Amino acid sequence: MEKELKLMKGNEALAEAAIRAGADGYFGYPITPQSEILEYLTEANPQATTGMVVLQAESEVAAINMVYGGAACGKKVMTSSSSPGISLKQEGITYIAGAELPCLIVNVVRGGPGLGTIQPAQSDYFQATKGGGHGDYHLLVLAPASVQEMADFVELSFDLAFKYRNPVMILSDGAIGQMMEKVYLKPQKKRSEEILPWATTGKPATRERNIITSLDLDPERQEKFNLKLVAKYREMAEKEVRFEEFQTDDAEYLFVAYGTSARICQKAIQLARAQGIKVGLLRPITLFPFPKKRLNELGSKVKGMLAVEMSAGQMVEDVMLSVNGKTRVSHYGRMGGMIATPEEVVENLKIFIKG
Amino acid sequence: MTEVKAKDIVKPENLAYKKSKILTDNVMHYCPGCGHGTVHRVLAEVIEEEDLQSKTVGISPVGCSVLMYNYLDIDIQEAAHGRAPALATAVKRLLPDRFVFTYQGDGDLAAIGTAETIHTCNRGENILMIFINNGIYGMTGGQMAPTTLIGMKSSTSPYGRDVATMGSPIKMADIVALLPGTCYVTRQSVNTAAGVRKLKKALKKAVEYQRDKRGTCFIEIVSNCPSGWKMTPVESNKWMEENMFPFYPLGDIKVPKDS
Repeated sequence: MEKELKLMKGNEALAEAAIRAGADGYFGYPITPQSEILEYLTEANPQATTGMVVLQAESEVAAINMVYGGAACGKKVMTSSSSPGISLKQEGITYIAGAELPCLIVNVVRGGPGLGTIQPAQSDYFQATKGGGHGDYHLLVLAPASVQEMADFVELSFDLAFKYRNPVMILSDGAIGQMMEKVYLKPQKKRSEEILPWATTGKPATRERNIITSLDLDPERQEKFNLKLVAKYREMAEKEVRFEEFQTDDAEYLFVAYGTSARICQKAIQLARAQGIKVGLLRPITLFPFPKKRLNELGSKVKGMLAVEMSAGQMVEDVMLSVNGKTRVSHYGRMGGMIATPEEVVENLKIFIKG
Repeated sequence: MTEVKAKDIVKPENLAYKKSKILTDNVMHYCPGCGHGTVHRVLAEVIEEEDLQSKTVGISPVGCSVLMYNYLDIDIQEAAHGRAPALATAVKRLLPDRFVFTYQGDGDLAAIGTAETIHTCNRGENILMIFINNGIYGMTGGQMAPTTLIGMKSSTSPYGRDVATMGSPIKMADIVALLPGTCYVTRQSVNTAAGVRKLKKALKKAVEYQRDKRGTCFIEIVSNCPSGWKMTPVESNKWMEENMFPFYPLGDIKVPKDS
């Protein structure tokens, strides 16, 4: 079957891609600006076609724990929400990370703190990349910058989640979730019927019982487990770093930006170069693992890096750690649902260049 | 008088019952006289007798029975505090032909997990919820539970539960029985041999109803907590009969219409 071309909202494209990727279950709760995902899936009713379960839970807390139960059966399961709802899910997410279960969590970020606003923001970077809940753990975090990537990252997320037995987060924002673009959709995949050896699906006589838990009361064993997680994150850092570069070859300055901010920076590059400023962009696609090595290399080449984020300055800390003093690093950001214009970004680049 | 040795009397023809093969050989961490061990044993017998080992997924809670997976030779998921019914919902929806149960205490099911309990029952998920109600938080050392009786002392109600400031004990079985999604709600106990037999019958009914996709089954087991109540096992059973049973009367609260 040919790839299909459609005009869709980011949220809808992600929902459709989940069905086509052969997802087994989606458990969600309404919250703006991502409710289209649950609405799209309930209308599409994939239970009748692919057998995918779609359920509106009584809360974000219940939804993530449904994901926990489904993932513990070795199924491809997911949830989505927006910032305040993702905060509620943190308890479940740390249990899932602690039980080493694969799943997909989508955060269509809105401004905060608290109830904040329903407009786009990138203020959940720390929460997404540094763990989010209690205990030492990380999610693998993908940041889409287009409707196409909202669709493409679903299958990629499931692949990575199962490869590492680790929860994966798609960290989107209200702009990418709500805007419409053309999107190529992959053909429908069949849901897997494989029973994974670690999954709790009922103990046959042929194997020991499977136990899914994040509990170990023995500190020596628990530390060994923590070290195993550390090794897993190190392997991700070696193998799974993804990023994209724009006009970095001759760049004297570098924007570092992901998601919506990266789109704005691409336009800002055109405007700045028309004024003779040689600026490029590094767009991290994985926020964890972060493209540290490449940024460190570029740190030797450029005169400065400006992290552009819709936050008070979160990713900029990882940029600083990556370049480790090799070059100047600063931050420009808007907050509370405000989005910087390309002109504004160029003006702030000029201020940064002046020092 | 000749000495009677164990090997002389432990013979197949003398066995009243034997350890279910669903019970592991691990030494239980439960306190002497606690009801958990008995409930585990009856549950194991039912899983064995109904030939459900390869089809069962159990969900353990946070509380004394958090380590249930050490004792039952079945696949088990260990949930976060109060969330077992959410896990069970997903398991049953994704694997509809499995026998799915949660095993929860009063703090787990009736306090922190109240929303999950109510909504799982309200959706009529085809699962069994086993609810151990001993009116106290055992694992954390005897704090007040939502089911602690009026006037009952605990480490966080040291002068006795005061209704004016702490509210009244909550009767979860009666609450979930009101919801159309539940098909079978019963309150049992394991303090007597007759009680143990009745619980086993109730569990077997729940297996049957789940097989027939009748809705949520909810079995409350009023239990003792000798350590938390600071009593001997014998005293705690007597106290339970005199104080818990009048407030939480045993018996069926809701049965399927055609049964």
